[in-house]
Amino acid sequence: VLFSDRGVAAPPRPITHRTILVSERPRVLSGIKMSVYGPIVKIHPVVLASIADSYERRNEGASRVIGTLLGTIDKHTVEITNCFSVPHNESEDEVAVDMEFAKNMYELHKKVSPSEVIIGWYATGYDITEHSVLIHEYYSREAQNPIHLTVDTALQSGKMNIRAYVSAQMGVPGKTVGVMFTPLTVKYIYYDTERIGIDLLQRTRASPNRTNGLTSDLEQVGGAAARVQDMLATVLTYIEDVLSGKVMADNSVGRFLMDLVNKVPKITAEDFETMLNSNINDLLMVTYLANLTQAQIALNEKLVVL
Amino acid sequence: MAARKESAATTTAPATPATTTTANTLDSPVKQIQIEGLVVLKIIKHYQEEGQGSEVVQGVLLGLVVEDRLEITNCFPFPQHTEDDADFDEVQYQMEMMRSLRHVNIDHLHVGWYQSTYYGSFVSRALLDSQFSYQHAIEESVVLIYDPIKTAQGSLCLKAYRLTPKLMEICKEKDFTPEGLKKANIGFEHMFEEVPIIIKNSHLINVLMWELEEKSTVADKHELLNLSSSNHLEKSLQMLMDRVDDMSQDIVKYNTYSRNLSKQQQQKHQYVQRRQQENAQRQSRGEPPLPEEDLSKMFKPPQPPPRMDTLLIAGQINTYCQNVKEFTSQNLGKLFMAEALQGHNS
Repeated sequence: VLFSDRGVAAPPRPITHRTILVSERPRVLSGIKMSVYGPIVKIHPVVLASIADSYERRNEGASRVIGTLLGTIDKHTVEITNCFSVPHNESEDEVAVDMEFAKNMYELHKKVSPSEVIIGWYATGYDITEHSVLIHEYYSREAQNPIHLTVDTALQSGKMNIRAYVSAQMGVPGKTVGVMFTPLTVKYIYYDTERIGIDLLQRTRASPNRTNGLTSDLEQVGGAAARVQDMLATVLTYIEDVLSGKVMADNSVGRFLMDLVNKVPKITAEDFETMLNSNINDLLMVTYLANLTQAQIALNEKLVVL
Repeated sequence: MAARKESAATTTAPATPATTTTANTLDSPVKQIQIEGLVVLKIIKHYQEEGQGSEVVQGVLLGLVVEDRLEITNCFPFPQHTEDDADFDEVQYQMEMMRSLRHVNIDHLHVGWYQSTYYGSFVSRALLDSQFSYQHAIEESVVLIYDPIKTAQGSLCLKAYRLTPKLMEICKEKDFTPEGLKKANIGFEHMFEEVPIIIKNSHLINVLMWELEEKSTVADKHELLNLSSSNHLEKSLQMLMDRVDDMSQDIVKYNTYSRNLSKQQQQKHQYVQRRQQENAQRQSRGEPPLPEEDLSKMFKPPQPPPRMDTLLIAGQINTYCQNVKEFTSQNLGKLFMAEALQGHNS
């Protein structure tokens, strides 16, 4: 039994013990949060990369991979920081998951990061199948209210959809009950260093054989400056559009722009000169010292060998 | 979203620093390292979560060797060495982990290890020993040094090192005396060789990157354009000074040793001369000459100090100097840029 988008139930049919998927609101309303019941799920990119990698390494004949999600739970948020895949077999009528393996891996992972706990499981693929209910049940024994994450690695809808669900009971208590998976809001969270790492990884998209080297110092500064330049160009085009009336002026954007312009520090030319010179002198002195030290140790070595 | 016009001319091999020999010039079995994006993310995460402060975090690299390339496809972290975990069996942890990973089709071939570093101080005896045992067992292994502080300043700092064949020879023979090192003709510049790294992502990961760019709302912080440098410079110089102190102590030790040695040579010489004189006198008087005494027992030569530590300290100082120079060159560039902008305004 499926509920259609507008909340109108299909013609009444007896509700039996089955999985029911609550369809999400259409994309048009994507400005509104999809679900407000349940915690917000924050995912680190390393988890998604790990899932994609395990999907690529799946066994012959397996159409999807499953695994455990590890992370930390807060009052209103669940932060997923790690994961590992668990071998499983799935056929038409039965599913077998290697629970021993899952337990073992969790123990090993706990040794490295004792603060991570099992908070749910993931599966690649687009839909939630009946087997998922069973697996979800198993995971509810390991964690309270486990999160189920689906990552559509087969790109069925042309994009890689990443969704999180939590299960809820539904039906008539005592008689026929079922399990419903309600969607949760998914956010991506990065540590600063992670963001910098991701920046570098994203550059592999530009090269034809998907590789990228690590650049040297001044190249990096040049690249960062180029990025800021691009951003300024975007802002400038927006401002020009607003001035010429093509785009509606937005007050909040205007306030941000004011902040931006005010942030440029106003210093007199002499102060700036002194600041600049003293900094440059410091740096030059340190470079000189470094070169001197290197020459010194090289000399020392030659002397010892004599 | 601002389009990122990445220069298509990013070279696949970064400019290697002038002092470390590149793997291309030696005939080492590994000329290039190819790392998957996943490994980079895992290393970053491991340090971020478990390695605050000046602790080092370590882990194992898994992958395979393809022709002259070492491909690193996965990694797993090692727990910290805690005092109260005396019965923690590292080997067992490693075996278990690798066995489990094999079940999910992850490459279980051990190809190296990674370590985080604090301001570039990684040239130590421990690292040398570990890398030596790795390289001895597996010829192509490398150690990846991840510098989190430099990474936090704006761009990923990940370097791969191997021991040069010369250093391997010396470690094998454990002959660390000055003569031994002189024979091998090894300098601090030839201890480690840096191997160029390229990062490769599979198509699926690339799709993931597109998704993330679209969906994530994390703003760029542009730490790379940060002008303040004094804090980082201070710390680096502090560490450099400590090392230079160590070095000077070592030099003093070596000087005393050589002075003692030469003094002893002199004494030996004098003794031999006196002996000869006495013998000549005795002969002229017709008495039997005194027996030749074993000189080496009387004059025990002083212990030559092991030179390996000096080499390591010199190598470490070299690394510090390199890092400082990189940092200053970047900052000089930024300062000149700021000057140009300000000049434009006023």
